Amino acid sequence: MKSKYSIFSLLRNAMSHHQGWQRVWRSPEPKPSYDAIIIGGGGHGLATAYYLAKEHGITNVAVLEKGWIGGGNTGRNTTIIRSNYLWDESARMYDKSLQLYEGLSQDLNFNIMLSQRGVLNLAHNLGDLREISRRVNAIRLNGIDSEMLDTAEVAAMVPILDCSKNARYPVLGASLQRRGGVARHDGVAWGFARAADERGVDIIQNCEVTGILRDGDTVTGVETTRGVINSAKVAIVTAGHTSHVAAMAGIRLPIESHPLQAMVSEPVKPILDCVVMSGAVHAYISQSDRGEMVMGAGIDHFNSYAQRGSLGVVEHQMAAVTKLMPILSRLRLMRQWAGIVDTCPDASPIVSKTPVQGLYVNGGWGTGGFKATPGSGWVFAHTIAQDQPHPLNAPFSLERFTTGALIDEHGAAAVAH
Amino acid sequence: MLLIPCPWCGERDEEEFAYGGEAHIARPLEPDSLSDEEWADYLFMRTNPKGSHLERWNHAHGCRRWFNAKRSTVTHTIDCVYKMDEQPPKDRKGEV
Repeated sequence: MKSKYSIFSLLRNAMSHHQGWQRVWRSPEPKPSYDAIIIGGGGHGLATAYYLAKEHGITNVAVLEKGWIGGGNTGRNTTIIRSNYLWDESARMYDKSLQLYEGLSQDLNFNIMLSQRGVLNLAHNLGDLREISRRVNAIRLNGIDSEMLDTAEVAAMVPILDCSKNARYPVLGASLQRRGGVARHDGVAWGFARAADERGVDIIQNCEVTGILRDGDTVTGVETTRGVINSAKVAIVTAGHTSHVAAMAGIRLPIESHPLQAMVSEPVKPILDCVVMSGAVHAYISQSDRGEMVMGAGIDHFNSYAQRGSLGVVEHQMAAVTKLMPILSRLRLMRQWAGIVDTCPDASPIVSKTPVQGLYVNGGWGTGGFKATPGSGWVFAHTIAQDQPHPLNAPFSLERFTTGALIDEHGAAAVAH
Repeated sequence: MLLIPCPWCGERDEEEFAYGGEAHIARPLEPDSLSDEEWADYLFMRTNPKGSHLERWNHAHGCRRWFNAKRSTVTHTIDCVYKMDEQPPKDRKGEV
């Protein structure tokens, strides 16, 4: 039994110079077989394991991670959370996730530092303005909070934004989701890991899956760098590497992997208390609790697994950001990095069964998987446990590419996530 | 940043090029005779390999011509470029 995190446990441990904190999760040897194996120990995989244990009572579960948990895209995103998506299917999926986020710190007994500081999407021209108005109305019809701001309201909310008439990117208005915001991304992975571990899930790090074992059209287990592990249910949750792992089972996916770059500046005093996104110039900006300006760019267009992108993308993004917020022009960048995102043709994820019995896939979240972490795990756990999708993720099946029922979220997703 | 050897212009900065995705995906000659699965495979499914990738590039801000390249998606090294109507050159082991 894990000791509960609280102000009292903090005080108690302070008395012993913080030497007495429990290990947060075990580091077990892999067992020969499990009821379910989850490939990939990122936020989505750990959330899946947690909800399998919590909602479906399946606790004999292994999460196999080739590196360390949360070391991939979970630790590389810009931590933005929102649910202002255009289409009904996406709105329901992402808002389920946001609702879970809202209670997640209490549910996991782990402070994920959710800060619902509001997410602004800027309009720079009449076309943007009409598109954003349409989006706001569609989102409100789905019962999700969303509102339009005019230029004066945006200027009042974000004083450092250049809202003057002669601005390079004039601000004609913005949509605002007040429930949107940011959370501590590592905290989300660690919180799910700790809570899943407490319910009996084995989190096995430094264990790379090298093959998926099949008996005809039925999955029987996986080959790993630490030996063969058997299971009748195997779930692929390896964002960025979804195609690579699915190919081990002979499955072709409509996914291509691209680098997505992000960067942080040196820390400064608080100057931005919300998230500002601009689809037109491929930029999204927020300020971390440490004072760093956290900024993200669009994807590099070539396929890559290299976790690095080209400088041109960063230059393009910084040129836009310093025009939007001229005060940032003299800040130095401290770090810049890339994650590998797997993009689908319709910019919507695949959370689905596969043609192989007992094999499930959760990927293709493209540039915006972090915001979906709890919701994705929640519906995927249902899909694995019941061997059929939850109504929330049924539209996100692999078959939609054959039936043509695509969920085209390029407006909400492909550029600024 | 990639330095891309355009078959016509020589090595030029990546900024001059547009990416065209996976190469050698031939449009079916008789689309009407395909099943939905075959059409989906042509339209959407991609190899997306971790390693050697055959892909198309367009020298958009140069000679504006298309060509193919064999590039590693792990190291970004461009092994070779070849023209649109050519098949990828084989290595010493006879593999593409």
